[in-house]
Parts: sequence; C-alpha cells; structure tokens
Amino acid sequence: MGGTELLQFVLAGLKNGSIYALVALGFTLIYAATGVINFAQGEFYMLGGMLSVWAYADLGLPLPLAGLVGVAATAAVGGVFELGAIRQRKDGDPLALIVITVGGSMVLSSMARHLFGPNERPLPLFSGGGSVSVFGAVLEVQTIWILGLTALAVVGLWYLYNRTGLGRAMRACAVNRDAARIVGIDTRLMVTVSFLLAAALGALAGLAVTPLTQTAFDVGPTVGIKGFAAAILGGLGNPIAAVVGGLVLGMLESVSIAFISSTYKDAIALIVLLAVLFMRPQGILGRSSREKV
Amino acid sequence: MSSEPRTVLSVEGLHAGYGHVAVVRGIDMRVAEGELVTLIGANGAGKSTLLKALVGLVPPSAGTVRFLGEDITRMRPERAVRAGLALVPEGRMLFGPMSVEENLELGAQVTDRTQTVGSLERVFDLFPVLAERRSQTAATLSGGEQQMLAVARALMARPRLLLLDEPSLGLAPKVIKEIFGALRKLKDEGLTILLVEQDARLALKHSDRGYVMRTGSIALAGDAADLLEDDDVRLIYLGAWRGEGESS
Repeated sequence: MGGTELLQFVLAGLKNGSIYALVALGFTLIYAATGVINFAQGEFYMLGGMLSVWAYADLGLPLPLAGLVGVAATAAVGGVFELGAIRQRKDGDPLALIVITVGGSMVLSSMARHLFGPNERPLPLFSGGGSVSVFGAVLEVQTIWILGLTALAVVGLWYLYNRTGLGRAMRACAVNRDAARIVGIDTRLMVTVSFLLAAALGALAGLAVTPLTQTAFDVGPTVGIKGFAAAILGGLGNPIAAVVGGLVLGMLESVSIAFISSTYKDAIALIVLLAVLFMRPQGILGRSSREKV
Repeated sequence: MSSEPRTVLSVEGLHAGYGHVAVVRGIDMRVAEGELVTLIGANGAGKSTLLKALVGLVPPSAGTVRFLGEDITRMRPERAVRAGLALVPEGRMLFGPMSVEENLELGAQVTDRTQTVGSLERVFDLFPVLAERRSQTAATLSGGEQQMLAVARALMARPRLLLLDEPSLGLAPKVIKEIFGALRKLKDEGLTILLVEQDARLALKHSDRGYVMRTGSIALAGDAADLLEDDDVRLIYLGAWRGEGESS
C-alpha cells in the first residue's frame, strides 16, 4: 500500500473517529454527572440529523439555521428527557436509571419513525460537493466540516470545563456529589446541563454526517455502541480520553478496512469494547482505580 | 452571662437514618450564638448522621431543625449552606483532582463574588500553609493540610454555624493542636461551632457545652467542665460505655 492510500485511510479514520468522539463525549459527560451510561446517546445523534432535515426540508429553513434548530431542539429533547424521566427516579439508583435510558432510546426512535417516517432522509452538503487534495489523498469538503465542527466543540467544551464557574461546578459534581452539594452546587441542575450538552454534542455529530450518509430513525444504536466503545476505550468520565478514544477507534476501523476487510468494520468497535473491558477496564487513559478523596 | 444569647440552632425530636434504619432517634439540642458545643459518643452513636441530617445530606424522618428561627428541616444541602450552615464532613470530601484554590473558590460559590478575595485572605491567615499550597491539587496534600483545607473550604461560605465532623481523625498531635487553635480563634471571632469529636477530652477542653450521644439519642448534656468530671463520660474516654455499645 502506498503512502497516498494510507493517508486516505487515515483521513477516513479521522472523519469517523471525530464522530465517535462527539458521541463518546456525550457518554462521558452524563457518566461524570450521574455515574450512569446513557443508552439513549445514539438517539441524540439520530435526532440531530433528523430534526435538521425536518427544519430544512419540511420547514424550509436555510441550511445553517436548520442545523442550528436541529442541534438546539435535540438539546431540548435531552433536557426534557432528564427532567421528565431521569430526575423522576428520586434515589438515583444507577441500574434503574440505565433501564430508563434504554427505554428512552426506544421511545425516541419510535417517535422519530412515527413523525418522520421509516425512510432514509437526505441533507445537502454544507458547502457543495468539492474536495481538496492533501498530498494526493482526497479530502471531501464535508469531511473538513466534520473535523472543524468537532474541533470547535472540543475546544468549547474544554473552555466550559476549565474556564467557567459552571464547568468547575460540573467537575466538582463528578469528583464527589455530596461534597458538591454541601458547598452549594445544585447537583440536579448539573445533571440536566449534562444531558443538554450530551444531546447537543450527539446532535452535532448527526448533523455533520447526514449530508454524507443520509439519516433514518434507526441509525442511533449503531453509532451509540461505537461512541460507547470509544468512551470505554479512552476511559469513562474523562472528556479528553473520550476524544482520544473516538479517534483511536476511528483509526482502528479504518486500518481494519485497509488490511482485513470492510465486512468486519462494524465488528471492530465491539471487539475493542470487549478487549478493553477484559484487559484494561479503566481505559487507555484511565487510572487503575477510581479513588475519592 | 447577663443577657440570654440568641439561639442559632435548635433541634427537636429529630429522627434520621438510612432506609428503614433510624440512626438518630429523637434528638433535642440547642446551640446559642457564639458557643462552641461538642457532641461526643461512641462509634456508631449517630453523631455523623445527626450532622448530615442537619444540613440535609440525610433527610430527617421526623422532628424539626430550626436555624436562626427558620425551619430548615428537610432543606436540601445546597440551600442549607446558603442559609448559613457549613459542614466540614467526615472524611473531608475534598475535590481531590482540583487545586487548593479551586477547592476554596468552590466553597465560596454561595457568597457574593466580591467577598471571595477577603475570604481567601482570612483562611490563608488562619492556615498559612494553604497559601503556600494554593496551586497544588488537594489530593497531594498531607492529611493535616487536607483537614485544614476542609475547614477553610467551609469557612469560604461565610457560615453562621460551622459543623465539624471528627476534624482530629487520623492526624498527628501537633496538627490537631493547630486545628483546635484555629477553631478557638474562630470562636473568639464570634463564630458558632458545633463539633463532633472522638477525642472527647480534647474537644470538651475547648468547648462551652457538650452533649453525649448514645445509640441515637442524647444521654447527657451539660457544661463542658462538668462533663469532663462526669464518671460516665470518663468511661467513654476509655472507649467503654459499660458494654452498652455492643447491644445496639
């Protein structure tokens, strides 16, 4: 395999990897706030694309505005889901909450099917179908959008986490919930904010990919499981690890297509998930145990 | 005592616990403004649970808690700290991966932002070592420094009542002395303090009054000096309460 071909696979890996990274960030944010895996995370990805299509095709909004509506509406769905379902479980029992997210995932995809139909729905490319050449490899303009939006979201999230009072409160909540409460942090509000953000990140991924892949009511679970694998691979609860995990998973898939066969591409995430859980449950960037001071 | 000092905290018939197990069973107590009151008792007597119930970390199942005249029973912890109750919890509960300064700023988040600098100066004055360690993460501090940080973080909220749960636990005598010196200083400045302590002799020496807790209720109350002379209390110092601890 030549260098150009290899670069082509690397670019593809980066593209898919950044999508997984966004979804993984959603898993990580909610896990940090609640200690729970949100199995509805993939549906936020689906809704991001679907609601953008709806705003663009059905409401007739211009594409940038439609994308904004899609992401904002999905964030709102995430917030309502937290207020209406997660928060209602008063004792916060993790197992019960996980079951609630599984149920939520089914409700969201069924509703999408009911409201938007069973067919695949397209969205135009953000700025046409052009491509640029990078050392001989082809880089589609939409891929640049995907990489750029991901980078923007990661930087924005970093800023929120490390440079704002809200982010500091969220981190405090992740370290020790009771400690956060006694210094005056409304931990329930932090959970709601986490769901809003996680939904927005998933939606952004769905929005950015839909012009390349189209979307449908049932695209959530596949991407959800990959984002989950990426979050586990990096080490749950750490945003940077989620991004690294996403990119690594994207690369592994790409490499597997290059050297094995594209048939096994979707199995890679599951193999990675199992391998990590067996051999290094704390993830590649995680510490060996979750200590609490 | 010529004029009756104002009551800061009054607790009546308080019950609290986990699930169906009541650990605190009918507590009556009162803390007046400017007092340092100690709560002593054997392990498992319910002291920590009582403190948690006061700030709302463990919801009371019966009884009332009044703070500065306001009924705060079942108030959520994030509201209680705004009302003026700050807890230095058992095990300190610091934000380990975050810096000393961040821990302190989190402690100050219920106060007006303009007060934060003044509050920081105050706690650095009280515990100068925290100023030296301000950019270090809390997890890297020694046990004594962590305890100081836990006290300092609670003070950042500018509380009217400071609740401390076992501040001497696991610390060297020199550090314990320093922490009790700080509490003394805070009391002299007029802060009202309710202290839970295993080391009853040490705590009572610094206190105005004391309560002895036994299997969830108050067994004995009185002036600290009297309690220090009490035969039963003397037995607790040795860790034995006539074997009744085992029956609970």
